[in-house]
Amino acid sequence: MAVLRVNPTRMELTQMKRRLVTAKRGHKLLKDKRDELVRRFIEIVKENHRLRKQVEEQLSGALKDFALASAVMEPGAMRQALLYPARQASITMDKKSILSVQVPVFKMDENSLSEAVLPYGLVDTSAQLDGAIETMTNTLPLLIKLAETEKTSSLLADEIQKTRRRVNALEYVMIPQFEETIRYITMKLEENERGALTRLMKVKDMLAERTT
Amino acid sequence: MADKLLKMGAVGESDAIQAFRAIGAVAVPATTPDEVTQALHRLAREGTPVIFITESAARMAPEAISRYEQTMETAVIPIPGIKGSDGYGEQKVRESVIKAIGADILNQNN
Repeated sequence: MAVLRVNPTRMELTQMKRRLVTAKRGHKLLKDKRDELVRRFIEIVKENHRLRKQVEEQLSGALKDFALASAVMEPGAMRQALLYPARQASITMDKKSILSVQVPVFKMDENSLSEAVLPYGLVDTSAQLDGAIETMTNTLPLLIKLAETEKTSSLLADEIQKTRRRVNALEYVMIPQFEETIRYITMKLEENERGALTRLMKVKDMLAERTT
Repeated sequence: MADKLLKMGAVGESDAIQAFRAIGAVAVPATTPDEVTQALHRLAREGTPVIFITESAARMAPEAISRYEQTMETAVIPIPGIKGSDGYGEQKVRESVIKAIGADILNQNN
């Protein structure tokens, strides 16, 4: 590992030592952060995986019912029936912080949670459509939950990647660099000291020789 | 922002997203890459926090989707289309697991 380009002085040495301490503390903190993020991430992603399977199953069923309904109904009648939705699905968005990663929290509006209301008369629509809409309505809370966990997990994944890079940069680049530099300065200073000492001894010898 | 009522969006083939219109989401039909991209950007600009997109539509506009991946305001969620799931959503989940942990851990547990 390359030594930083610094002057081998005592002042630089104390500064380097201080930076090393800071780097080590930062490294420990970031490492803890990474471990905790990973733990939470695994929890969330497992939940997400489970939810996704469930939602995909239900949704595929509902969409198939829709396709069936549109097959038995007159073309255009379906569009007409669904032209004006009888209910407004509204959600509210809140924020929460997981280890200072901002993640969204979605909630269904209470009015949207009411019973499935059919937006059409029953005369020229097929019964499959009613069932499909009911399934969709029941899937809605799950969909919202899925959106929340999926977004959270993707945001967390990004943060984990960033944190891991920081941890590795500190562990394998910064800290060894500081240690190496500290050793270099100490050795240089010791060498200087030895040089000064021998010089003094030499001068003393020379002075002693002159007086005799 | 916390208590404002927001809408949901849906993008995809008109057959699939009709179901979403029925439950009150803003459905934007889109079948070409350009349409999908435009629909996504429009919904995001309008401040729609959750956009459901059918898997086949999602495959058409990967750039638009990756643009919203790291913003908190817009969640683009792939859902199965009328033909059922083709594994795109699942693949996205796996990608983020691999990104975070470095290995696919979902396989072993299920």
